[in-house]
Amino acid sequence: MEIVIKPGRRRSDLREIWANRELFYFLAWRDFKVRYKQTLIGAAWAIFQPLLLMVVFTLFFNKVAGISSPSGHYPIFAYTGLLFWNFFGGAMQAASNSLVGNQAVVTKVYFPRLIAPLSATLVTVVDFLCASSVYVALMVYYRVIPGMLGVLLVVPMLLITWLAGAGLGTWLAALNVKYRDVRQILPFFIQALMFVTPVIYALAFVPDRFREFVYLNPMAGVITAMRAELIHQGSVAWSGVAISAAISVLLFAFGVLYFERAEAGIADII
Amino acid sequence: MTPTIEVRNLSKAYTIGHDIVSYRALRDELSTVLKHPVRSLRGRMRETEQLWALRDLSFDVQEGDVLGVIGRNGSGKSTLLKILSRIVAPTEGSAVLRGKVASLLEVGTGFHAELTGRENVYLNGALLGLSRRQIDARFDEIVAFSEVERFMDTAVKFYSSGMYVRLAFAVAAHLNPDVLIVDEVLAVGDAAFQRKSLAKMSAVATEGRTVLFVSHNPDSVLALCKRGIHLSGGRLICEGSAFEALESYREELDKFEEATVKRPDGAAPGAVITQVRVQNESGSAPRLFQANEQIVFEFDAQVEREYLDRSLVAGFGIDTEAGMRVFTAVSTWAGAEISTADGRVTVRCDVPSPRLVSGRYFVSASLSTADEMLDHARAAITFEIAPSGLLLDPPRDSSHGPIDLDFRFEQVIAPDRQEVGGQVR
Repeated sequence: MEIVIKPGRRRSDLREIWANRELFYFLAWRDFKVRYKQTLIGAAWAIFQPLLLMVVFTLFFNKVAGISSPSGHYPIFAYTGLLFWNFFGGAMQAASNSLVGNQAVVTKVYFPRLIAPLSATLVTVVDFLCASSVYVALMVYYRVIPGMLGVLLVVPMLLITWLAGAGLGTWLAALNVKYRDVRQILPFFIQALMFVTPVIYALAFVPDRFREFVYLNPMAGVITAMRAELIHQGSVAWSGVAISAAISVLLFAFGVLYFERAEAGIADII
Repeated sequence: MTPTIEVRNLSKAYTIGHDIVSYRALRDELSTVLKHPVRSLRGRMRETEQLWALRDLSFDVQEGDVLGVIGRNGSGKSTLLKILSRIVAPTEGSAVLRGKVASLLEVGTGFHAELTGRENVYLNGALLGLSRRQIDARFDEIVAFSEVERFMDTAVKFYSSGMYVRLAFAVAAHLNPDVLIVDEVLAVGDAAFQRKSLAKMSAVATEGRTVLFVSHNPDSVLALCKRGIHLSGGRLICEGSAFEALESYREELDKFEEATVKRPDGAAPGAVITQVRVQNESGSAPRLFQANEQIVFEFDAQVEREYLDRSLVAGFGIDTEAGMRVFTAVSTWAGAEISTADGRVTVRCDVPSPRLVSGRYFVSASLSTADEMLDHARAAITFEIAPSGLLLDPPRDSSHGPIDLDFRFEQVIAPDRQEVGGQVR
């Protein structure tokens, strides 16, 4: 084994990342363990948070503001959106804080830095799985039988969501090292972005002249496709979903490339 | 033979000035653009300055060598370590490391207060490059070495600091890499654990591993290292045996003594202490003093006009190498009156029998009025007390405290035992 240390940009070495694959697991495991320490109900929070949000959204947007789902029940409609949106937003936020949050480690030990933001998103996957149990319960309660195509599409849609969230999060992680403003503004940004994404309303709600731009937002494609195929609410344009998928891949590539360029200087300025 | 570590023209520059802040808020960047639109459009601000933390460093470490890296603070030791550990990238030059490398810049990297001892062993091990299977295999050894078996399932936030560092060092001690890069992690725990750590380190060193050991402590460098390099101001001053490197380091410290005292600009408003001297009775200035030999401290100072003919207070302080204050002498305590009519002052302080144990000490000098510090020359000069108790058992040195007081020992025999015949069981 030979390690060559030279100035300048470090290329991410997939073999090196693979050799450190256990670190993905250990860092994610630590994040998960630590997150619910000293809480009363522990990991049940991962279920309660989206559940409460669904209740609040149903009360305010559905009952008070009168936003309705295209067909069927609003709670399960909103929950479909929230489930995937929370995965996206959670992955982005966890990844963006991963370097700054691990400052003590980053300045004292070397590991392929890309592992930090990517492993941070693993905890969000666990959150997604917890929150999915509520989703299944809602399906049983409202007697919704998920469509076959929808079930098959869950994993690809998750992948699109992950690529977009992890890609943006990786970019923001590097940016956060230089500008701590990222951490301050990101929660607002995610919130605002949620309202321009069909999470609590249907895609049909969007005025026609904006309709073709909506799919540039990867989450619009994911959520609309899942609603149409999994719980039979609304319809989806597959060309739009393809655009969403392509954008996700681009976001991920951009995030990783930006991160690589910044990587060599991270420990100097963090 | 191909060297295990090959360092070639390694340099590291830090940009100071505008970028010295560790992070920048967007606001700073924006206000820079608003204040200096033209300059910032052209690119970087011109007011930055490059500081070379490491300059043109080249050396080799052969397989199985234990290399000590010594130098004063700011000499580039830590930067070298961080580059070889791949934490920061060099600005110029290159380095090649052959074999499995483990670097320890601190013990307990990544330890999380909320996790248990067991969990932290796994997390820390993984961060230091061990696989889960390797940790499994070494787990019992690590726990035994740490002496905290009973608390492995307790969160480390409930550990005493001693338990914490013992566990942390135990993980580090069981890495078994080909190349080990260490930064003074020896200085952890109580004296007994330090001895154990040192023994473990020298065991590692004799197992044929290549070790790069960075330290301020000449004793541990001499104990562990065969070879040494001495850095100063980011440059390589001496490369040779550990002893040669230490000699070179001492020389640098001595030169530092002879040189007139230097301080940042504007630090001394009322006076400047120009020279601090340490002498013996006869007025010569040896490097080394016998135990309890008389020591004479002197300093020369130049006092500003506004303080002429005013009563001044002079002080000397003695610190250990570790920075602990051992003794302070103030002129007013001894009832001495000091003042100057022409601005020049020389103050002398006589210590007839300094009760110091062997080791190196730093002397600081200060000059003030009753209510205003005029100048303070910190650690301006060093002197050394020769070892006198190394042949005792256990050997007596500065690790047992810097002060040599008179003492007597006798066995106290309790009256009721005396009746049994005066024997102690």
